Amino acid sequence: MTKFIDLTLSGISDGAIYAAVALALVLIWRSTRIVNFAQGAMLMITTFIASAVINSGGSYVLGFAVALASGFVFGAVVERVVVRPIEHAPPLNAVILTLGLYTLLVAVAGMIWGNTPRSFPAAFSLRGYKVGGTTLLFTPNDTFIVLVVIAVAVALALLFRATSVGLRMRAAAFAPEVARLLGVRVGRMLTLGWALAAMTGALAGVLVAPSVFLGPNSFDPILIIGFVAAVLGGLDSPPGAVVGGLVLGLALSYVSGYEGSALVPLAALAILVIVLMIRPTGLFSATKERRV
Amino acid sequence: MLTIEELTTDYGPVRAVDHVSLEVPDGSVTAVLGANGAGKTTLLRTLTGLVRPSSGHVTLAGRDITRLPVEEIVRLGMAHVPEGRGVIAELTVQENLRLGGMWRGRDAAPPAEIYELFPRLEERRTQPASRLSGGERQMLSIGRALMGRPRVLLLDEPSLGLAPVLVAQIMSLVRKLADTLGLTVLLVEQNARSALSIASRGVVLNLGRVVAEQDPHKLAADDRLLHAYLGF
Repeated sequence: MTKFIDLTLSGISDGAIYAAVALALVLIWRSTRIVNFAQGAMLMITTFIASAVINSGGSYVLGFAVALASGFVFGAVVERVVVRPIEHAPPLNAVILTLGLYTLLVAVAGMIWGNTPRSFPAAFSLRGYKVGGTTLLFTPNDTFIVLVVIAVAVALALLFRATSVGLRMRAAAFAPEVARLLGVRVGRMLTLGWALAAMTGALAGVLVAPSVFLGPNSFDPILIIGFVAAVLGGLDSPPGAVVGGLVLGLALSYVSGYEGSALVPLAALAILVIVLMIRPTGLFSATKERRV
Repeated sequence: MLTIEELTTDYGPVRAVDHVSLEVPDGSVTAVLGANGAGKTTLLRTLTGLVRPSSGHVTLAGRDITRLPVEEIVRLGMAHVPEGRGVIAELTVQENLRLGGMWRGRDAAPPAEIYELFPRLEERRTQPASRLSGGERQMLSIGRALMGRPRVLLLDEPSLGLAPVLVAQIMSLVRKLADTLGLTVLLVEQNARSALSIASRGVVLNLGRVVAEQDPHKLAADDRLLHAYLGF
């Protein structure tokens, strides 16, 4: 029973990170119908930037803020410079382009920071809470992770549901041409969508870095699981991404705890296959059909 | 005053709008008639900047708007209600309306004004637009365009798929808007009789060219012309 509680708690913490990654993918898919394969490399770069800030004497809070800010700018720049020119091109162009960007960023990171993974500080203690005589597999840092991801998800939900910028962003995503006819500056909304997505990705990067270490390829497994979470949630639904992330975090935690951690990637892919076979639109999708 | 001079639009090798010149005076309703493929929709899409013309000019209130981006043309007071109505199905009625006035900021029409014109919309204001009937969607598109207090209203086939009673209601509303608000209306229609019934002037397009331009009553009485170009 203790083991079950432990696995559940660590599953929630992992799930929060998958949810943040899934949110980053979903925000971009919603606004530009692109699966951003470069997301993992983008959040790797912003985490390296945070690491550089912290290593040169900056506080954790400063590093954290710099990661989010650089993610926001990075996302906007990628949309303007790389994605905008292929806006009306066939979908395959975007796939190749984001894969190419991924390769480029990983190579550049290796050249600047080296390929040996380095440690990254955690915000809070990594020693589990003690309840009675036992130590739980849930740390103050896990609490921080879960609370921060919840805060970001709620903030995004409020932005989309309760503000006029959010309404314009939704209109631009659902019906770009009609939105333009209503005076919405659709290009700006898409840039903002990418910026917010990359910022959410940057958040996932700094949250997960203490446990996976920081190297050019460190975040690839998280990205794959985040992608599965996004598909599970319907790929165009932010609440779906959060639920998908948590479900996957729990499922993979149980697999890892009861069957062994070697099975985790396999389990993630098995879940992906099952979702695509049984409910290809995901759990929360608004649209009935999807073209991938 | 909306002035169109020698406007030409090509889709690759196809010339969809061919040297069209028109003057649409303020507060008038100009009906643009023509069969499928006559270039009516392309004409409207070129006016709002969704499609770039190959040559020619569009002037709105003395300002050349030919090469401006859509968002800027809208800000100069041009509202386009696209074919197929263009309500955003995922958003609620209220949200659709708010979007229409957003670029105007504080000067947007209050939604109450639109609800007064279309009481049905107020009843359904919190429902997603996907639940609306065809007629309600048309009301929502027109109401949404009015939220921005436009000078010029471009209507693309508002009668499409609507019952005759509704068509008559929409048409008389359009006339009323032109008379009371001084709105300049360019009304594209296949339904020639109902469009001409409220128009100040009628224009017939065929293969992208203006083939007739005259008083709506004379046009409606000209069986030979209507038969040749509109299939009556």
